[in-house]
Amino acid sequence: MFIRLSAAIAAITLLSSPALAQGAKLTDPQIAHIAYTAGVIDIAAAKQALAKTHNKEVKAFAEDMVRDHEAVNKQALDLVKKLKVTPEDNDTSKTLSKNAADERTKLSKLNGAAFDKAYVENEVAYHKAVDSALETQLIPSASNAELKSLLQTGLKIFQGHEQHAEHVLATLNQSVGHHK
Amino acid sequence: MKPGSTCPAFGAFALSALMAGISVSAHAATIQILVTNLEFSPTEVSAKVGDTIEWVNKDPLAHTATAKDGDWDVMLPPKKSGSLVLKKAGTFAYYCRFHPNMKAALTVAP
Ligand SMILES: [Cu+2]
Repeated sequence: MFIRLSAAIAAITLLSSPALAQGAKLTDPQIAHIAYTAGVIDIAAAKQALAKTHNKEVKAFAEDMVRDHEAVNKQALDLVKKLKVTPEDNDTSKTLSKNAADERTKLSKLNGAAFDKAYVENEVAYHKAVDSALETQLIPSASNAELKSLLQTGLKIFQGHEQHAEHVLATLNQSVGHHK
Repeated sequence: MKPGSTCPAFGAFALSALMAGISVSAHAATIQILVTNLEFSPTEVSAKVGDTIEWVNKDPLAHTATAKDGDWDVMLPPKKSGSLVLKKAGTFAYYCRFHPNMKAALTVAP
C-alpha cells in the first residue's frame, strides 16, 4: 500500500511540477531532456530489478525495459545531435529523477515476492504517468516535427509497456493466490 | 505477393500439379506484413494454408508476432524479419508480447 501510494504521488508530482502546472510552454531542449530522463529512469529501475528478482517473468520484463528504452534513447540522442539541440535540464526532469531515486531506495529494502510486486506496481503507475505527460504536455508542446514524431512513438512504447506490466502484475497476483 | 492478389496461372497450375501428383502448396505465396512504429501493416491479412507470412520489422525495437491462443510465437528482432508457414485454417488474432497494444489478425483459408 505504501509503495502504491508513493507511486501515485510520484505520478501526481510529475503532472503538477512547476514547469507543467504553470502552463509555461516547454521548449524542445527541455522536452528532449524530460523524455530522455524518463527512459533513463526506467532503465535504472529495471537494472535494480535484474539484480534483485528471482522471478522469471519479472526478469524478462525488466530485460525488455532495458532493451527498449536503450534503443529509444539512442534514437533520441541521434535526433538531438542531428537537430543540434542540447537537451536542457529543468524542474520536471529534476522532479522525475528525484522521485525515481526515492522509489529505488524504497524498493532496495524489499525482497522476493514483495519486491517483485512493488517493482511491477510502480512500473504500471510510472508508465501511466509518463503516458499522460507525453499526451497532454510533451507532444502538444514539441515544435520540431521529428521530435514530435519520436515522442509519439515513445508514447506507443510506454503504453505497450504499461499493458505488459499490467499483464505481469496479474500473473504475480495469481501466483500469490496459489502459493499462500 | 500482396494479400488478396490473384494468380492468373492458378487454374492451369493446380490442374497440372494435381495430374503430376504434386502438392498444390508448390503454389504457396509469401505474404509480407510490415512492422513500423509499433504497428502491424496491414493489420488484417487473408492467406491460405501453406502460405508463408513474413513480418518485416523496420523498428529499432524487438517485437513478436504471437498468436492469442498461444499456437505460435515468432520473434522479430530489431530491423530483422521473422516468418511463419501457415498450417491451420481459421482466424487468428495475434499481438506483440513486448507491446501488447500492437494487435492484428490473420484469416487463413483452407
Ligand atoms: Cu512490440
